[in-house]
Amino acid sequence: MGKYPAEFLKIKMPLIELIDISKSYDGETVLDEFNLKIKENEFITLLGPSGCGKTTTLRILGGFVTPDTGKVIYQGKDITNLAPNKRPLNTVFQKYALFPNMNIAENIAFGLKISGKSKEYIDDKIKYALKLVNLNGYEKRSVDSLSGGQQQRIAIARAIVNEPKVLLLDEPLGALDLKLRQEMQYELIRLKKELGITFLYVTHDQEEALTMSDKVVVMNQGYIQQMGTPEQIYNEPENAFVADFIGDSNIIDGVMMEDRVVKICNHIFPCIDEGFGRNKPVDVVIRPEDIIIGKPGEGTIDGVVTSNVFIGVHYEMCIQAGGFEWLAQNTTSYPVGTHVSMRVVPDNIQIMNKPQSEDEEAMALDE
Amino acid sequence: MNKKQLFSGPFLAFILCGTLVPLGVIAFYGLTDRSGAFTVDNILSIATPEHAEALLLSLGLALISTVICLLLAFPLGLILKDSKLGQKGFMVFIFILPMWMNFLLRTMAWQVLLEKNGVINNVLGAIGLPALEIINTPAAVVLGMVYDYLPFMILPIYNALIKIDKNVIEAAYDLGANYRQVLSKVIIPLSLPGIVSGVTMVFVPSLTTFAVSNILGGGKVNLIGNIIEQEFTTSFNWNLGAGLSLVMMIFIIISMALIEKFDRNGEGNLI
Repeated sequence: MGKYPAEFLKIKMPLIELIDISKSYDGETVLDEFNLKIKENEFITLLGPSGCGKTTTLRILGGFVTPDTGKVIYQGKDITNLAPNKRPLNTVFQKYALFPNMNIAENIAFGLKISGKSKEYIDDKIKYALKLVNLNGYEKRSVDSLSGGQQQRIAIARAIVNEPKVLLLDEPLGALDLKLRQEMQYELIRLKKELGITFLYVTHDQEEALTMSDKVVVMNQGYIQQMGTPEQIYNEPENAFVADFIGDSNIIDGVMMEDRVVKICNHIFPCIDEGFGRNKPVDVVIRPEDIIIGKPGEGTIDGVVTSNVFIGVHYEMCIQAGGFEWLAQNTTSYPVGTHVSMRVVPDNIQIMNKPQSEDEEAMALDE
Repeated sequence: MNKKQLFSGPFLAFILCGTLVPLGVIAFYGLTDRSGAFTVDNILSIATPEHAEALLLSLGLALISTVICLLLAFPLGLILKDSKLGQKGFMVFIFILPMWMNFLLRTMAWQVLLEKNGVINNVLGAIGLPALEIINTPAAVVLGMVYDYLPFMILPIYNALIKIDKNVIEAAYDLGANYRQVLSKVIIPLSLPGIVSGVTMVFVPSLTTFAVSNILGGGKVNLIGNIIEQEFTTSFNWNLGAGLSLVMMIFIIISMALIEKFDRNGEGNLI
């Protein structure tokens, strides 16, 4: 890489950088010294419960909210105080926000007309964008005549014809039904690949985040809880919040006896984590699908099934064992009252330090 | 007759007694002479210099008042829409408060204010400024119309403006539009229904008023409304009064049709 210093620099320099961004509304802190780097051509998702600051972050990038402190750097330039209409980013709004007084073609042409493009160019772009979102021939339709999913596609088309470097998407699939949402997820991944631009996506839906993103940023109370690939976030949650928020999980009090040995509910489980010290209290995360159920005595811990619900692919069962109610998923049904044993492959046990205080809980990974 | 139709009974009775029958009576008087024989003379008398002049003056003053009201109400609506006080409706309440006072009383108050030796001229004289001589001129009538009818412009425009989705305005900025472009391409087209009803609600009463011109025009500003009123109350020529009223109705229908057409064609490129 040393041979290509220019390329090297390009890779090293993030496209967008948020530095020490803080924002509070009426004394309530929404973002606290928030830092984020976004690389070019990345599909990055801000994931968190409502009020975690993810939408505020997006609006700061779009220019609709001015941070109290901190800087927004775009390609090395400070754009913190730049008006929204001067920014090289475009937003896809949660409620589509199409112009109801214009037809579909006029909606898509809006940004291009403002920037003074020629009629031929605009017509070409409209055709191209409609094809890209699979809505050929919708030019003359009115906004009202389109379904929610179609309106959302037009909102995306309207944003991308301006060839922004970054597309900001604010829970764009939030108002769609499940089936349509899944379809649109694949559509967005395809669009991202075809356009080759950076997507910054905001959602509270963990499935959406895991499906589409190159990188997921889990947020809570204005802090970043964990940042990583979907696999990292799911398989190696760094704290109880992430483990709890991403998918179902058992978060159990445990004690790290020594390296690679953890005691949960007075039973010894082998694991693969090291470096926690001896007799250290920890949080243990076990995903319900990782619990292997067997006959009593066969596993690490014995228990009794207390509830059993069929939820599609598998059965979701609660198993009372060692004073804790374990959530387990299995394709085999074990009726309520069945005595079973449970064990977990060492690789599937995730050990986390216990937070010392609430503040630390939020700050744990604010690096 | 089912239940739903039964409920519409009072409304139908009202339409019949309050609208259709009176219209029929007006049409009958307008199209007959004193002896009851059919004639179109009452209608055609609009072409006499006296009547035509009054009609033109009425149209002119109504148009000026409407434009002034629009120019006052629209920026006000924009300000109220974005202000915290405006969003709670308090400021709008203040602006429409005068509507709750008797219309004649308000107009008479202006007469007292504007008189040669009225309050305004006394104040102006006290600080050494020349006296204002607009009482009994068309300017005073326009002032009265604007004052009386402004709330009817503010309310529909404000209602239309606050209904515009904030996201839509943000989307326009996001796509590169500056404030002027957001105004002309998004805000004004989307508030057009409010503008149209505001214009209608100011233009029509301004065109037909006789009270404002009586009180603030002092008999020197003769609008078509005054002429019709005189035909009924002083000349007792009901046939001519009714005939001129029919002409007025036609003018109002034409104006409304023009405004409607403007509304439809104006989509997206009003300015």
